[in-house]
Amino acid sequence: MSVAAAVVQMESARKRYGEVEALRGIDLVIGRGEVVAMLGPNGAGKTTSISLMLGLRRPTAGRVRLFGLDPRDRRARSRCGAMLQESGVPSVLTVREIVDLFRAYYSRPLPAPRAIALAGLDEQAASRVGQLSGGQRQRLYFALAVCGNPEVLFLDEPTVGMDVEARQAFLQAIRELAGEQRTIVFTTHYLEEADALARRIVVVDHGVVIADATPAEIKARVPSKRVRFQTSPGLVPAALDGLPVRVLECAAGRVRLLSAEPETVLRELFRRGVAVADLEVAGADLEEAFLALTARPGSGP
Amino acid sequence: MTRPAAVASLGRVLLAQTWSEALIRWRLPSFSATSLALPVVLFSFFGLPFSGRPGPGGFDAGAFLLVSFGAFAVGQVMVFGFGIGVAVERGQKIDLLMRASPLPPAVSLAAKVVVGLLFALLSVVVLFAYGSVVGGIRLGPGTWVNVIARLLAGSLPLIALGFTIGYRAGPHAAPAMANLVYLPLAFASGIFLPLDQLPVFVQRWAPYLPTYHYAQLAWSAIGAGREPVGASVAWLAGYTAVFLWTAARAYRREAERKFG
Repeated sequence: MSVAAAVVQMESARKRYGEVEALRGIDLVIGRGEVVAMLGPNGAGKTTSISLMLGLRRPTAGRVRLFGLDPRDRRARSRCGAMLQESGVPSVLTVREIVDLFRAYYSRPLPAPRAIALAGLDEQAASRVGQLSGGQRQRLYFALAVCGNPEVLFLDEPTVGMDVEARQAFLQAIRELAGEQRTIVFTTHYLEEADALARRIVVVDHGVVIADATPAEIKARVPSKRVRFQTSPGLVPAALDGLPVRVLECAAGRVRLLSAEPETVLRELFRRGVAVADLEVAGADLEEAFLALTARPGSGP
Repeated sequence: MTRPAAVASLGRVLLAQTWSEALIRWRLPSFSATSLALPVVLFSFFGLPFSGRPGPGGFDAGAFLLVSFGAFAVGQVMVFGFGIGVAVERGQKIDLLMRASPLPPAVSLAAKVVVGLLFALLSVVVLFAYGSVVGGIRLGPGTWVNVIARLLAGSLPLIALGFTIGYRAGPHAAPAMANLVYLPLAFASGIFLPLDQLPVFVQRWAPYLPTYHYAQLAWSAIGAGREPVGASVAWLAGYTAVFLWTAARAYRREAERKFG
């Protein structure tokens, strides 16, 4: 992609907070119309990355550009909308009033009813912000992010605090916005969420990008299921050789492993005649799955 | 989707921001009710009984005290409004989302000052109307306007003092800090009781306080000042510089911590 079309550019961006190095050199170019998920465990550097892109924080070293400008430049800011974790809005204003206030910051805002409808807050338009539930408040932040008719949206953990229904409506709204050729950058803990929305997933861990690919490619590399079972005490790890797994534990008759294809694994285990009891297959949590992405030699798929 | 980089007109942003700030301020009774009612209540206790009696330098004591509480009212709006308002805003992280928006910080600041001035004006007008109707205090129309203009223009150091508190104190400490700073200042400057009724050491230190010169500026509009207007203005300008410096320092420290 040509750099001229880039919405976001990060070049060897580093960020240090006192002793802690939150970002250890991020290189990332996000082009117009891309829908990008930044995925990673807590403390990986997702929020810091978004803060740098928005100009809320300055990089300690490296360079960050938004539309080719300093992200603090009002011309750049006027083309983006943001939803942050842990931000607040005045509780005595109504939904409509605060949406109208934020619309006034932009030169070509969306009509207020459209922004409110996108966030699913039509019924709460006249309610004061202080009366909203946690999930409704989260949707209000979404309305504020989109009301300026932005070319790029930065959403930091947008679905935190939303119930299932709200989450579905939210995903639908994001798809609608993405269909209008807007660039969307969001962070999440959940691979499913990234998979459902993004066409590109950037996996961040310990302040660096450890994977940057399509959801299909990432999923193939992330063993998404955890398989656990009891077996004969004498089973040696070598008995699992050649399986598409990452072995977490194999001792004293207890086996724990991660795999992207648990069905294949089980079929093969039965074929090899490995004793399997107390079988449990469950979704792996992301922390475990990341172990596989930061794969060390000799282990994992 | 190519379109030229465009930004909203600053005038329109300022208008919207000012309107919202005013709504917020109006709907928080701790600000609106206190800033409107408290000066009237205090004047009823400390000022009304002296209406029609001779005061310092032979002026009507009621008029003198009405102007005093006018100074108290404006100072209160500024020190409490900005001190507590900004601290609460920081506590609720309202500044964070605003910071990520295209709203220029200077416009946000300007809106706060405009709303502070509007509320100060409102609270002085309410107080003076009360003093004139209930207390029977008579001043010429030009004098009323002169007093109000001086009270608003001279409040700049108090606005800066409020901002210093707002950026220094946390949301829970700010009310206490504003009270601890403002009430002794007002008292020791002869705003509640005339200076010659205060302890001697207070009388000695009063001429070094910002609120003293602020009150002098207003009193001299009814001919009851103790110093030339130029001296009041010079003192207030000096204090403005000092408090703007402390406010800027507090603001920068906060900005570096949060947005560095």
